[in-house]
Amino acid sequence: MSDFIKQIKRSFAIVKKDMVIFYLKGPVVIMGLLFPFFLFAAFLIGRNLSHGYLFVALISMTAFFTSTAVGPTIIPWESRSKTFERLLSSPISITTILFGDMQTSFYFGFIITSLISIVAIFLHIYLNIFIFILAILLALIAFSAMTILMSAYPPTDVPADVMMLSSLLKFTLLFISGIFVPLQKLPWYAKAISSISPLTYLVDALRHAVNIHGYFPLWIDFVALLLFAFVFFFVGMTIHKRVLEKRFT
Amino acid sequence: MEYNYVVIEVKDLTKYYDGFLAVDHINFGVRKGEIFGFLGPNGAGKTTTIRMLTGVLKPSSGEIRIFDMDMQKNMITLKERMGIVPEMANPYIDLTAMQNLMLVGRLYGMRRKEIKERSNEMLRLFGLYEKKDEKVRTFSKGLKQRLSLAMALLPDPELLFLDEPTSGLDVMSARLIKDIIRQENKKGKTIFMSTHNMHDANELCNRIAIINHGKIVAIDTPEKIKKIGEENAVIEISIEPFKFDKSVIKDGKVEIMGDKIKIYAKDADGVIKKVVDYAEKEGLKIISLSTQKPSLEDVFVYLVGGKNE
Repeated sequence: MSDFIKQIKRSFAIVKKDMVIFYLKGPVVIMGLLFPFFLFAAFLIGRNLSHGYLFVALISMTAFFTSTAVGPTIIPWESRSKTFERLLSSPISITTILFGDMQTSFYFGFIITSLISIVAIFLHIYLNIFIFILAILLALIAFSAMTILMSAYPPTDVPADVMMLSSLLKFTLLFISGIFVPLQKLPWYAKAISSISPLTYLVDALRHAVNIHGYFPLWIDFVALLLFAFVFFFVGMTIHKRVLEKRFT
Repeated sequence: MEYNYVVIEVKDLTKYYDGFLAVDHINFGVRKGEIFGFLGPNGAGKTTTIRMLTGVLKPSSGEIRIFDMDMQKNMITLKERMGIVPEMANPYIDLTAMQNLMLVGRLYGMRRKEIKERSNEMLRLFGLYEKKDEKVRTFSKGLKQRLSLAMALLPDPELLFLDEPTSGLDVMSARLIKDIIRQENKKGKTIFMSTHNMHDANELCNRIAIINHGKIVAIDTPEKIKKIGEENAVIEISIEPFKFDKSVIKDGKVEIMGDKIKIYAKDADGVIKKVVDYAEKEGLKIISLSTQKPSLEDVFVYLVGGKNE
């Protein structure tokens, strides 16, 4: 078996461990499940929006919050409980550990977003299932990769520090991503700021999927999500490698 | 046991942390089938060395060869042949003992059936079988350390790294762990262990290295290392009422230990005379006075200057 396949298989061991330990931790449930629910409720109340718009907002928030709930805290938590060194001394590379953590975020987002997507049946909305699935998968990969970057710096062993910083980043991205105000209605500088958020491209792609006019061509949404995924993972991995020593001093 | 084949070879190994020199150009070799003890006070560089040997940290310079392969270039292959109990590294407290072992087995690429069989074997060996489905959160420190060693031994590695394996453990757990270290060594495993405990080092190790301020200050068998200190006698005195002026002894090292005075000096006769004079002048009663050969601990204290960083 090639070393690459071996490492991929071993990353599943990381995923299994993470699922058992982290999926039901309090902060994950609060930030990943309860928070998007209440945020969506606040968005919904008092607005007369079409089912399509509501569906896009619900799914975007769910995918974004669920897939970014677990990842940022894994490495700080492992550092704190002195299990990170055990992983590093196992026959796996740090890339494998991070890839495993990224998958953990992805599967959490995938499971919850899939369940919430059933809402579409009850809302009787038009949905291009191919665009929808591709957009969700690419976005979940990008958001999960973003958690690798979030957990990289500062190299702390206090999960609450990372939670605070990642929440700050997540809310900033949420408000600039065209969920609340469509991109078409934003001034040019707000559009420019929006374009640096991966969530913007998921919202836009989902609008294409429910037959609402998107702002960008669909292919740009997909390419952007894919690029974000690569950039987040590789930059995150590079920073993790650079700050590794600081976790032991 | 084959002692001629060198399993670990360290050349000029150096580690800086942000400009601080933690390990300073150390050189040593560990032979196949031996228990090699790595001793030093806190902050001497023991854990940093183990972290470099186990691939957790990258050396600033120098070379580590394990099983005649360069550690940096063959990291994964070499780690597959090692079992490691890192310092303070706990098993996952939210997993059961069995789940912890299953995790290690998967990380080492073992087959499911093999993992199950070895896990049960390890759980029995370490007296944890009855607790296999309990979360580690409920385990005492001793049980956690047993599980940690069980996890290291699960893949049946040829080389074991143990960082302070008996530190802070209850007597029964420490004894069990020492027995298992001996048994595994008899089966042919090479064991590299760091310890603070001189008694353990003396009892278990074929050879020991003493590290201080990042440098190796002695490396040999425990008996030969004891000889380094033989020129120094250890004089132990008990006085009543307890009182002692350290300045009485000019050419020796004085340590007050509870109600005893321990003096390390070359001229035992001169020291005893000075202590007797002092006792007479101060009207003190000498309860006991003995001279001893230095123990490994005495030599250790002598070599590292008697201070922890």
